[in-house]
Amino acid sequence: MPITDGRSSRLYAHLWRWPMPVWQLLFFLVPLCFMVLMSFWLVKNYRMEPAFVTANWEKMFSRGYFWNAYWRTLGLAGLTTLIATLLAFPAAYALSFKVSETVRRWIIFLLIIPFFTSFLVRIYAWQVILAESGVINAGLATLGIGPFTMLNTAFGTIIGYLTLTLPLVVILQTMSLSQVDRSLIEAAWNLGSSRVRTIATVILPLAKTGLIIGAVFCFILAFGDFVSPYYLGGSKPPTLSILIIDTTKSGQQWPRAAVVAITMIVTLLTVAFAAVALAYRSRVRR
Amino acid sequence: MKKTTDQTTVSTGRRGILKAGAALGVSTIIGAPYIRPAHAAPTEINMLAWYGHGEPDMVGAFEEANNVKFKPKYYAGGDNMLALIAQSPPGTYDIILSDAEFVQQLNAAGYIEEMNAADYPFDDFVHSDFQKFPGHWADDKLWSVMVRYGHLGVSYNTERVSAEEAESYKVFWKPELKGKVGHFDWHLPSLGQISLYGGNNSPSPFDIDEGAWTKVQDITRSLRPQVGGFFDYGGTFASLKNGEMSAMCGIGDWITGVLERDGAPVASVVPKEGGIQFTESYSIGKGSEKAEIVKKFIQYMLSPEGQATSAQMAAYPGFCVTNAGMKKLQEVNMAEAQRTGQVEGAANHPVSLIKEGRIHYRDIPKQQSLEDWNDFWSEYKDA
Repeated sequence: MPITDGRSSRLYAHLWRWPMPVWQLLFFLVPLCFMVLMSFWLVKNYRMEPAFVTANWEKMFSRGYFWNAYWRTLGLAGLTTLIATLLAFPAAYALSFKVSETVRRWIIFLLIIPFFTSFLVRIYAWQVILAESGVINAGLATLGIGPFTMLNTAFGTIIGYLTLTLPLVVILQTMSLSQVDRSLIEAAWNLGSSRVRTIATVILPLAKTGLIIGAVFCFILAFGDFVSPYYLGGSKPPTLSILIIDTTKSGQQWPRAAVVAITMIVTLLTVAFAAVALAYRSRVRR
Repeated sequence: MKKTTDQTTVSTGRRGILKAGAALGVSTIIGAPYIRPAHAAPTEINMLAWYGHGEPDMVGAFEEANNVKFKPKYYAGGDNMLALIAQSPPGTYDIILSDAEFVQQLNAAGYIEEMNAADYPFDDFVHSDFQKFPGHWADDKLWSVMVRYGHLGVSYNTERVSAEEAESYKVFWKPELKGKVGHFDWHLPSLGQISLYGGNNSPSPFDIDEGAWTKVQDITRSLRPQVGGFFDYGGTFASLKNGEMSAMCGIGDWITGVLERDGAPVASVVPKEGGIQFTESYSIGKGSEKAEIVKKFIQYMLSPEGQATSAQMAAYPGFCVTNAGMKKLQEVNMAEAQRTGQVEGAANHPVSLIKEGRIHYRDIPKQQSLEDWNDFWSEYKDA
């Protein structure tokens, strides 16, 4: 019997089509719906009770510390995205255009290696490096400089965010830049375009989608990270992820934590959709 | 065919195997008494506790002697503990180590079993208060047994803060410590200490009216510019050990004692304004099928050996609650007994401090809700 039989091939196609939607339904949509529902529940004596009240939303949205944490988290994640994008680009450019295929593969492999270890372990390592008695200050002390307070500050938090996101952004940018048609770059040079102008008018527009996707991933990871602000930022002042932990561990206020989480998800979806729309709209224009 | 050994005669023939199989099947079906052989898999005991209580240094000897295996689930903070229990089906935890102030809530929510006072050595307790500890008894019924305790005060780096300065909570506001004062990230101990600094020592730093509560909030806010961070258990250790923090609010010897053992230049003292006592007590989880062995474990923890072990717990030290335990500690580790004041006549003898009125039992807020205090803590962290 031929394997291209109509019914068999349709069944085969269905089999491969369904796992992803089913996975998303079970482990994203259903929990998300439950979380939205839970945000209207009440907590009495440390137990959640089904209800339909807006008290949790009113409570969280009326608290100054919630909005402060919101804007702070947005700002830190945005700043991290900007820094990571700017730092990653020269590296990705060099990997895409300046090194051999073999060297590129090895460097990408080296960029992946940090992901083999726990992020928490890497953050603890940063504590040793950033502490007042740590490696950096010890080095600066030999030059008669410092010590500088880096741990338990916003600087520490951003170092943590970059540890999490920078290798990924470099990889995504490299993948994107590698797809740029070399003949267009050469054409620009032949027409007398400078290197900077070639990057700005040829390479960046062609790689824009990938660069934006890299930035969006960076923002998403930084926005939701708990480890960096807690262990390198000293939870001072708190971000939204820390606020979720604080809210759940005190008084079993999962419904209020759900309000914070939903706010985060809505923010991330908005940013992601806006960024992707921007990336693809540019393409259509081109 | 029969195979004979020194101890047993085992039939390995086809009929023998069938007979054995049938016997096993029948005994399983009718639930016949089953004697656990010595080599059987150990009975698992699910424990909910602060970090360290289920580690080998604490439970190893008991596990070996009784063929049990503790499966600990750790928490930090009483409300965190209540949250974990509330999320779990009844009977999940066989034994619960609770901060004393939360026992009442465990009982009210029906999470723990009644205990028999005759099973435990209350007569040997080091202080009469501990025999009928607040919240552990309800309607003359026992619900929890105190097994260890500790005192919270000013914890400091001895190279940056003098012993005289540490005699008052005022040291937290010392200009040289700006950005170097840490908080253990739980509102009760920190706000309790600041309440004491504000003069709320009678009846308790946790039993304050609205005016006093407002004052506590104001004093706490004034400390915020000094604060270098809010830390969990591991972060508190790390920040004191690497010198990032020079003084810490909301902790005591339970953290610095461990670091001192490792040679770190840190210490804790009960300041002149008074200190807070944390009290740890064991309860038997509601619906536990292992209540008997759990009772035996609590008895072990209250035995002289158990108490001496507990006082030297690797994760964090605690005081002995029985006289026999204190004596045993002096026998096995006099240096630790002396360091913690658990010797007759010591100036920092824990029971003497209580009798002098310098120690206040940690409690939940009496005139405000826990939510009020927690809300303020979130606002304070955000400032």
